[in-house]
Amino acid sequence: MKLQLKGVTKRFGTFTANDRIDLTVQPGEIHALLGENGAGKSTLMNTIYGLYSPEEGEILLDDKRVTFNGPGDAVEAGIGMVHQHFMLIPVFSVTESVMLGYEPTKTAGIIDFAEARRRVQEISARFGFDVDPDAMIEDLPVGAQQRVEIIKALSRDARVLILDEPTAVLTPQETDELIAIMRQLKESGTSIVFITHKLREVRAIADKITVIRRGKIVGEALPDSTETELASLMVGREVNLTTQKDPAEPGDVGFSVQDLTVVSRAGKVVLDNVSLDIARGEILCVAGVDGNGQTELAEAILGLREAVDGTITLDGTNLRRMSVKDRLNAGIGFVPEDRSTDGVIPAFSITENFVLDQYDQQPYSNGVAMKPSVMREAAVEQTSRFDVRLGTVDDPISTLSGGNQQKVVLAREMSRDIRFFLASQPTRGLDVGSIEFVHRTIIEERDKGTPCLIVSTELDEVSNLADRIAVMYRGVVVGIVPGDTDRDVLGLMMAGVPVEEAYAQAKDHHTILGGADEGAQA
Amino acid sequence: MSTEKKNNDPAEPGGALKEAESRLHYAVRELSQSSWVITLLSVVVALVVGALLILATNPQVQSTMGYFFAQPGDFFLTSFEVIRDAYSALFRGAVYDWQAATPERSIRPITETLVNAVPLILAGLGIAIGFRSGMLNIGGQGQIILGATCAAFIGYAYQLPLGAHLLLALVGGALGGAIWGGIAGVLKAKTGANEVIVTIMLNNIALYLLAWLLRQQWFVQTGSNQPISAPVEDSARLFGLLGGGFRLHAGILLAIAATVFVWWLLERSTLGFEFRAIGENPEAARTAGVNVPKATALVLIIGGGLCGLGGAAHLLGTEYRLGAGIAGTLGFDAITVALLGRSKPLGTFLAGVLFGGLRAGGVLMQAQTGTPIDIVLVLQSVIVLLIAAPPLVRAIFFLPNPDGKPRSTGRRRLRNQQAAEAAEQPTPTQEVSK
Repeated sequence: MKLQLKGVTKRFGTFTANDRIDLTVQPGEIHALLGENGAGKSTLMNTIYGLYSPEEGEILLDDKRVTFNGPGDAVEAGIGMVHQHFMLIPVFSVTESVMLGYEPTKTAGIIDFAEARRRVQEISARFGFDVDPDAMIEDLPVGAQQRVEIIKALSRDARVLILDEPTAVLTPQETDELIAIMRQLKESGTSIVFITHKLREVRAIADKITVIRRGKIVGEALPDSTETELASLMVGREVNLTTQKDPAEPGDVGFSVQDLTVVSRAGKVVLDNVSLDIARGEILCVAGVDGNGQTELAEAILGLREAVDGTITLDGTNLRRMSVKDRLNAGIGFVPEDRSTDGVIPAFSITENFVLDQYDQQPYSNGVAMKPSVMREAAVEQTSRFDVRLGTVDDPISTLSGGNQQKVVLAREMSRDIRFFLASQPTRGLDVGSIEFVHRTIIEERDKGTPCLIVSTELDEVSNLADRIAVMYRGVVVGIVPGDTDRDVLGLMMAGVPVEEAYAQAKDHHTILGGADEGAQA
Repeated sequence: MSTEKKNNDPAEPGGALKEAESRLHYAVRELSQSSWVITLLSVVVALVVGALLILATNPQVQSTMGYFFAQPGDFFLTSFEVIRDAYSALFRGAVYDWQAATPERSIRPITETLVNAVPLILAGLGIAIGFRSGMLNIGGQGQIILGATCAAFIGYAYQLPLGAHLLLALVGGALGGAIWGGIAGVLKAKTGANEVIVTIMLNNIALYLLAWLLRQQWFVQTGSNQPISAPVEDSARLFGLLGGGFRLHAGILLAIAATVFVWWLLERSTLGFEFRAIGENPEAARTAGVNVPKATALVLIIGGGLCGLGGAAHLLGTEYRLGAGIAGTLGFDAITVALLGRSKPLGTFLAGVLFGGLRAGGVLMQAQTGTPIDIVLVLQSVIVLLIAAPPLVRAIFFLPNPDGKPRSTGRRRLRNQQAAEAAEQPTPTQEVSK
């Protein structure tokens, strides 16, 4: 089906989220919509899917004008959407999930399970999906859950499929499978709109690329554009995708974790005998698919989660039995994974957030009373040093963009004397400019001789920063490999394949994205 | 690039006039966002509702209704007079009575208002600390009872020098409340028990504990079977400030001091920073090294202490004897006071004075105009109801909704700044294709 947008404009108050968007997706085309976080991609897709109604402009399907009053209308018209966060119910079976809301019924409104099951089987056979219709959603790996979402859309006869950041949760190998599915759908004439901010994928998959920035279309590109060209189009200026860094000069071991074991409240071992040594002046990145124990590792190191066994050693002191405050005072600088819940207090001022974990320390207080003028002065000085764009430091931090909030967090952690730097997903949700800045700051900290541990699920970030990479899978460190290790090897290790075997397998089988890598730096 | 700038800069086209207009719009918006305006308007609406109720129940007005269509003027005139009389009596009873015989009597109402306000302010501050720390302390009633009980017992069971006796009684009252609040605090900190449920239960326990104590001879020390205690010694009483015919006592100084203390605690002390942090975002507070269980317990201990102090001041300054009804509805009114005061120290102080005034004025209103004092309760309830529903107040007064974007100056500033950034950046290539 051909999807056409003509001058679609969506405003929220005086803020224009989409400004006169023209877009044409031909039948059987994979059309990538590329843009930074907050550029307006999701708003546009939600408009197409009937969740928002546009102020101006029109949507045409096969040259016929359509208006949607809700997702129901859009689905009726043949538009399907797979959201970034899956809309599935964990305790439902695949069949139940697929039919939810569109249950086939027999007489007297009784649900026809057999018919629903047959439909799931038929679709998954047609595209070789390999999904068991009776499996429970919660038992399926993320890649399979995504396939269920796609089946759901297809079972409602979607001929335009919108995929919102579909690869965010997948390993490179799972991404490969998704790409294969997308190509198959394309063969059968389904149009696909594919939203992403990852340049590598766009070049590997898309037939056509539309770049959107601040709610406007700023250009179209073909997949053979270089990543640098795409990035500067997306950001609006020249960008360096790789951060300049000198080779590490590792000193002696500054921070070490030995045999660390953490058990979840439900009694599951989430961190199993993890041992890591980090030298002074070295960045160790922990890679892995989300939910393989990285979060627990960071929390156990800071003391938010109790370890049942093992040692956490900083400069020869075992921190394991200390409180969070004592660990912070011992010199851990911590950037949490989820900035808005753990990193900042949105309603507090920038100054208050700047002293959030040092509020009772010199020079900001004498232990009983705080010293607002000292706090404010330091906040002004450090936020300008970290280039935080703000009105005044007395504004609530919620008025800042994500990137600037993160800079405040970094300023807080790095403006004191730290002996070890720990960051979880330090650039999640940030724009390209802020990512550059954060990476540079972390490398500067390394060059000061601080051992750094960075947890990241973004392979780009890991390759960019790491001197060494530890890959985690189901709470275990699969292996520790050099920083310039091939992406395919890392991908296999992220799926639990041991180091040597991963090297051997990667030699024989290149992923599509890995292959795309070769031409990337042209 | 020039087109881009135009679209991002809200102040670009139209020039100065448009900018001024949007500024004005902004001021209105900010004002309506400000909770003080909502609070004030809520009071206005409450007075209107109160007036309607007065009319509905007034016999004179009802009789004019009988011939409304014959002589509507009568109805309106009578209505006006009834409302004027009722509210002027309310005012004269609460602030300044210009009809009083002597100058002393005419300023007496305001002192009565302050007398009523003392326990409300102290307990309201205790509740407000809880609100600011994310805890709903519904246990003001129980904490006030415990405070009053401890203060009373120290006040009549011991003979101590002047000064010391009063101090000990006040400290004892605060401790009683602190222990009662602390039970809920420690339970919440250790086991995660919901403080709302625990404090409500503790209210009942306190009530029956008091009832039991009042039947024990070792406790009441009166030699009679009446469930009321002996009066506290003079040395333990909060001394009068104006002498003679006035009941105003040193408790008001205590309330002022407590207000300043709570401001300092919340805004300037490291402990208050912890309190506010756990109130806004306990996860971030924990990550920042705050001992959340300890802070949780301390919030309810200090809050309970202030409520206890309120109970003590009420007993040592006004009642002198401990009876089963010592707390009246103080504990629940204190919650209302803290709500009305937006959980800010100064706001709570003013709200306490307002409620004290309504109570003092209600008495005169009932005595002089026959308007039932229950109207005061209606006023209080309507005020709280409206404050809890700002959109309703905005709808009544046609104020713009502050949730419409752009939301705040900060956001606007940010967007201006982004536009400025965009203007600085080099022009991108518009098409890339090879």
